[in-house]
Amino acid sequence: MKTYARESAADRKWLKRFYIMLFAVMAFTGFGQMPIFKRYYIADVPGLGWSADYYKTHYIHYVGAALLLGLLAYWMVDYLLTGRREFRLTGSAYVRIALLAGIVITGIFRVLKNLPDVVFSPGFTMFIDIAHLGFMMVYLMAALIFLIFRSGWTQGIDD
Amino acid sequence: MTTSISRRTFLKGGLAAAGAIAASSLPLPAAVKGETGQELATLIDIRKCIGCEACVEACKEANAAKFPEPEKPFPKMYPSRVKVSDWSDKREVMDRLTPYNWVFIQEARVTVNGKEETYTFPRRCMHCQNPPCADLCPWGAARKLKNGITRIDADICLGGAKCEKVCPWHIPQRQTGVGLYLDILPGLAGNGVMYKCDRCYNRLEAGNLPACIEVCPENVQKIGPRNEIIKEAHAIAKEINGYIYGEKENGGTNTIYVSPVPFKDLNRAIEKGPGRPHLKPVSDAMAHADNLAKAMVIAPIAGIAAAAGKFYAASKKRGQHEEGRK
Repeated sequence: MKTYARESAADRKWLKRFYIMLFAVMAFTGFGQMPIFKRYYIADVPGLGWSADYYKTHYIHYVGAALLLGLLAYWMVDYLLTGRREFRLTGSAYVRIALLAGIVITGIFRVLKNLPDVVFSPGFTMFIDIAHLGFMMVYLMAALIFLIFRSGWTQGIDD
Repeated sequence: MTTSISRRTFLKGGLAAAGAIAASSLPLPAAVKGETGQELATLIDIRKCIGCEACVEACKEANAAKFPEPEKPFPKMYPSRVKVSDWSDKREVMDRLTPYNWVFIQEARVTVNGKEETYTFPRRCMHCQNPPCADLCPWGAARKLKNGITRIDADICLGGAKCEKVCPWHIPQRQTGVGLYLDILPGLAGNGVMYKCDRCYNRLEAGNLPACIEVCPENVQKIGPRNEIIKEAHAIAKEINGYIYGEKENGGTNTIYVSPVPFKDLNRAIEKGPGRPHLKPVSDAMAHADNLAKAMVIAPIAGIAAAAGKFYAASKKRGQHEEGRK
């Protein structure tokens, strides 16, 4: 049994690294949707010229969103099938999950908004646009606080 | 003081008044008023335009209350590379798009069958069916309305000019020193408000035609449900062996031009640059978003399948392991 748990733990470590990297890309390309990268010289950094091109950052953000949705779906089902027998989610994990749900749901509505023939009311359009950014900002702040207090996502079942 | 009336001014005044009387006496169908929530499009038959600029003047007059009244001096913006866009002292400019001029007349001198001909036609926002300015606006300040209008809300816009950059025709124009950014961090974020044609959304709501359409003495423009406008545009194009612009550009717009001359010839002949849009073919700027949206549906299914597959493999392995121990 321990062998499987060890394999699972190794998988999770690799996936966690991938998640952090993916989240960094999503945050960067997400903030790049605001007209700030050119103004604040970020696009002048060698190799980052593309970051001032809204279509490029948007494309990368969409590809990242697809990967993130795949990863979150994988984790959710994996937790329900096997993970919950091996570890417990911490309180900070639940806070992260709630904020992630906010990011994902508002993100889905933003994707729907961008489809042809989908028109939301002006008020709702503004709400989802600002809420998507708001959830992300709160998530980043929460992640920083949890990092300072060393509060991870999981704890062992016997802890 | 002597007053001289040129032929152009006479035509402009007289014909505009006649056009206005003719148009205002017509009852507006419910669909045109935007009451049905149907997507409306405009048809611009460039053969009819005489370049009198009555539409330009009518637009300025009808939308004067929406024009920016910036506070001066402008707050200093950082870093210093951020440029001020100030049109408040050049409000009279009529030969390009500005925050105070939402439609202008473009002129093209082309040679048709060895004969030089001049065509004029109004240019303004195309009101795309899937507008990238509204899709990509980070604040929801630019948005598409159900009746096919793309509108920028001047009370929300921060003037980042992203809409101008992502617009295939670079239509929206910025005025510094006005809008919400002044109340947030004027030195560090935002730079005014973006302005463009809103197809007189308020006049449509009140049951009136957009000012440029109502005043036109030559009935160059027409507004109606998009499918009807497209049908009419094709009928005219067939009749004159002509060309259509705006039906498929950027995935489809709600401004349909019909011309007896190919648009590539007109595009070559018009003056292009800031505030003076081209007439080139435009592919759908948001096509990538439509395609990747499909990937976003598939990705979670793949994730669920991978987790279930892993669980199944582990269960099988565990079963074999326990079998071996027996």
